[in-house]
Amino acid sequence: MSTTSLEEEAAARIAASDSLDDLRQARSELLGKRSALAAARQALRAVADLDDRRSQGAALNAAVERVEELWDARLAELEAEDRERRLRADRLDLTEAGRAGLPDRGHLHLVTQARDRLEDVFVAMGYSVAEGPEVEDDWHNFEALNMPPAHPARSMWDTFYLRLGPPESVVLRTHTSPVQIRVMESQPPPIYAVMPGRCYRNETPDARHLAVFHQIEGLVVDRGITFGDLAGTIEAFTEAYFGPGMTARLRPSYFPFTEPSAEFEVTCPFCAGAGCRTCSNAGWIELGGCGMVDPNVFTAVGLDPEVWSGFAFGFGIDRFAQIFHDVDDLRLLLENDIRFLTQF
Amino acid sequence: MRVPLSWLRDFAPVEGDIDALASALTGLGLIVDGIERVGEGLEGIVVARVLATKKHPAANRVQLVDVDSGDGEALQIVCGAFNMAPGDLVPLAPLGTVMRNGMLIGRRKVRGEWSNGMLCSSEELGLPAVDEGIRILPEGVAAPGTPLVEALGLEPDVVFDLDITPNRPDAMSVAGVARDLAAHLRVPFTLPAPPVPAAGGTINVAVSAPDLCPRFTGTVLDEVTVGSSPGWVVRRLTLAGMRAINNVVDASNYVMLELGQPTHPYDLAMLAGGGLSVRRAKDGERVETLDGETRSLRADDCLICDATSHPVGIAGIMGGAASEISPATKTVFLEAAYFTPIAIARTARRLGLRTEASARFERGCDPEGIARAVGRFCELLPGTVVSAGLQSVDSAEHLRGRPVVRVRTSKVNGLLGSDLSDEQIVNYLRPIGFEAVPVEPGVHQVTIPSWRPDSEREVDVVEEVARHHGYGAIPRTLPTTPRTGGGLTSYQQERRNVRGILAGVGLTEAWTTSFLAPGDLERSGQPSEAIEIENPMVREESLLRTTLLPGLLKAVAFNAAHQEPEVRLFEIGHVFLPPPPGVVLPDEPERLAVVLAGGMESASAGLAADATGAGAVWSVLARALRLADTELVALPAEHAGGLHPTRYMGVSCGGEFVGAVGEVDPNVVVAFGLTGRVGWMDVDLGKVLAAPREPARYNPVSRFPASDIDLAFVVPDDLSAASVAQTLRQAAGELGEKVELFDVFRGGQLPAGTRSLAYRLRLRSHERTLTDADVAAVRKACIDAVESAHRATLRA
Repeated sequence: MSTTSLEEEAAARIAASDSLDDLRQARSELLGKRSALAAARQALRAVADLDDRRSQGAALNAAVERVEELWDARLAELEAEDRERRLRADRLDLTEAGRAGLPDRGHLHLVTQARDRLEDVFVAMGYSVAEGPEVEDDWHNFEALNMPPAHPARSMWDTFYLRLGPPESVVLRTHTSPVQIRVMESQPPPIYAVMPGRCYRNETPDARHLAVFHQIEGLVVDRGITFGDLAGTIEAFTEAYFGPGMTARLRPSYFPFTEPSAEFEVTCPFCAGAGCRTCSNAGWIELGGCGMVDPNVFTAVGLDPEVWSGFAFGFGIDRFAQIFHDVDDLRLLLENDIRFLTQF
Repeated sequence: MRVPLSWLRDFAPVEGDIDALASALTGLGLIVDGIERVGEGLEGIVVARVLATKKHPAANRVQLVDVDSGDGEALQIVCGAFNMAPGDLVPLAPLGTVMRNGMLIGRRKVRGEWSNGMLCSSEELGLPAVDEGIRILPEGVAAPGTPLVEALGLEPDVVFDLDITPNRPDAMSVAGVARDLAAHLRVPFTLPAPPVPAAGGTINVAVSAPDLCPRFTGTVLDEVTVGSSPGWVVRRLTLAGMRAINNVVDASNYVMLELGQPTHPYDLAMLAGGGLSVRRAKDGERVETLDGETRSLRADDCLICDATSHPVGIAGIMGGAASEISPATKTVFLEAAYFTPIAIARTARRLGLRTEASARFERGCDPEGIARAVGRFCELLPGTVVSAGLQSVDSAEHLRGRPVVRVRTSKVNGLLGSDLSDEQIVNYLRPIGFEAVPVEPGVHQVTIPSWRPDSEREVDVVEEVARHHGYGAIPRTLPTTPRTGGGLTSYQQERRNVRGILAGVGLTEAWTTSFLAPGDLERSGQPSEAIEIENPMVREESLLRTTLLPGLLKAVAFNAAHQEPEVRLFEIGHVFLPPPPGVVLPDEPERLAVVLAGGMESASAGLAADATGAGAVWSVLARALRLADTELVALPAEHAGGLHPTRYMGVSCGGEFVGAVGEVDPNVVVAFGLTGRVGWMDVDLGKVLAAPREPARYNPVSRFPASDIDLAFVVPDDLSAASVAQTLRQAAGELGEKVELFDVFRGGQLPAGTRSLAYRLRLRSHERTLTDADVAAVRKACIDAVESAHRATLRA
């Protein structure tokens, strides 16, 4: 057979290979030791004329080379087809997968989330976070806070008394302010601290009040602290928490443990002060109380009010969360309805 | 405190936009809670007389009322209120009236009966509510057909509803509010001084408790005719939220609202001995008050008695019924006194009795304002004759006088962060009655007015300056001390991490109440001792929790009752342990508890709701916190209240017992209305976070390959898997890299009461590749160790 017809036959065989196995089989048939091309190469030795042998040999080599190329090309084709087939078989609809057996994530309580964010704002301003007991003695909850026994201001808080010690001597703390006293008793100024925690008031819970609730309180004691520092700090907090353009305003109020005292309001973050449902069209949301630490409080903890001055502020974490997450009834916070908890 | 604008104008020319006045008041700390515009939109309303009331033939919730609206004819009205009787005068909105809310009154049929107008309630008229239902007008106020605004003298007015803080008794009066507002607006404030009845005549007063009553005065008015008050008095009382009663009582209330001084008028004829005496109550003495209650008193309560020492009222709080002003009263004995604030506060609080008078006395009235108040009272009862002029029994020792305070300009500015001059400070103080006299540059002697009991120190005067300067006018600054430190403590940081880890394994955080109901502890298998609340709101919330278990089980039950039985919750919170004898304050450790309930019905349930799930939570937590030397240990039953007796273990860290993990006792589960297994973990978070940790120090990683061997042992059920693992770890020595329990098998050929535990040991050397001989030696050592240390045999 001529080299040309051998090559044509090989080309036909390669083209006809329809699988990688068949193609490999074809290779040994066409290019292997017992192939027709190998036999033709053997037959060259019998060609006497050197020039003839050379020219026939060159033609044969060229033919082998072309067959090799055809084979490589077919291999690439079949491999591509094969990969295509495997990939198609591998198809996955990822929307079927869901969480792939992982449980739904857990949720931190709304109060925790609010508390953590509030702490973080003050921590970023260089404050530490202090905590104290929920069961308090009369001294820390009232007397050291400038409310001696029978002081009328005590009626500002409906107090739970415990059957411990002499009558009415041990209470569930009505505010986080006793932690102020504990911090001042336990460390010398300067003090820059916030004090979050659970508090108790003996009043029937409703949509806006809980008997068991949470407050965060701030205390700064240092030399030369002014009312301007208090107002500036409240404003800095407001901007850090709610964003640029949000501000705060103070108006006179009364707390036994501060003098001067103030209530503070912040720009309503929902309407940026324009007036909306959340702020009852006021443009402001009343948040909490604050003031300059009363000299009697300093005296109670052995600090000289002529040397030290300071301010304190506080507000309800639950109320805060309620306002800013649009929760219509505070009682949801302690009900632990999973359908509520998992919304946050 | 409701303050009509027209009344304020008796004392100061207060003008301007209403909203601007309101924000001025709020800026002074006299917080405006509401602004009411009265007398607007009442143009069409007339006075009508009820002629008859009849049952509606077809409806029970309404009745038919015939009224005379001025023409003498009966006009039928269908009315939803039932509080009127024939003869009463009532407000009528005739056909065609447009009400304040925009509603047009038209003729309409109600269940077949015509209604020809509407009878109005206080609320519908925008008047302070004094009664439920239709407003009943004072008898004789005006003839039927008279426009209501004319009948009630309702010229348009504005009422500011003020929230007065407890430090400002002076602002519990119209004049006091006017003083502050006038100072702010820089307009003159004038307090009229009515003639004070001169002393004279005989009057019988005695005070034996001067510490409780430092000033007591009596005045006797004769020729009194008890009747109704003039319209303008009724109008002002009504606007201020008080009901008119009779001219004598109204005069007393009017003076209180105007000047802040409560007074008490008695019918002198009803006072035995013809006078009053003030004394301490006897312990246990019982007194009947005006409201019909009998109250038990103590020796630090102050009583007003007649001249025979028989009580006629509780001083400063409430009078008695016997000596009340009646239509027959001819002679009035007027009591006007100054009571010690703290005594009134104590008594009022203990009796749970708060009146307009006690609210003022307990905050501190103006002892120097009594004469003015008595003068004003007499002025309001023209035609009466003062037969015994004001006589005062004083105890100078117990009256405060007017404190004089040294005020430094430097202190004012230092505390406020302001830059005020001496002159500015004086100009803020003078209009509110704080007289400042310079003693040296930058220092003033300030005399505190008698009506400001809240003020007695330099800092109190600083507050007055701040109020009148305006809080908003003080420049805002930030403390400038460089601060290091700060931040969360490591406990606080790690507590946050714990929350994150638990949320990561699918647990949702609960916050349960700190209160328990009696019986909660018993039904959750806990010791019943708990701290009791002396004055709980309800019995169901009368104990402080000693464990988080009942609260979390209630939370699970709440969700189960709402078709959400699958809940995986955790809580971090204080529990309160009853203190040992001699200790007053309880220990209140912070506990971490986990509850897993409701099976595995849905794909999202995650952790198994049983002891294995609870164990997994502890295991994840212990690893995440790198707790060293933590193990599950047997726990004496007395520490395992409420736990499933055969499915729990104690958790120990560094040899200290920190809590328990397992399942809730099936009896407890049932007691809380639940079913199935409930996984439970409860640890002392403080102890866990204080426990020793694995150091985070680098250990070289071996370059050589590992060899794994699997060993299964048949062991009795009561032998813990952890103890076998521990033996294997020791036996493998330094070549042992990891020991893992990978299979537990019961049944088959295994004897009852035993199980097969299969462990995979990974062995590796830091120096070389292990040979088969090395591995075989370790394998044998492990088998020998387990078989000799435990009742265990290698499973064939």
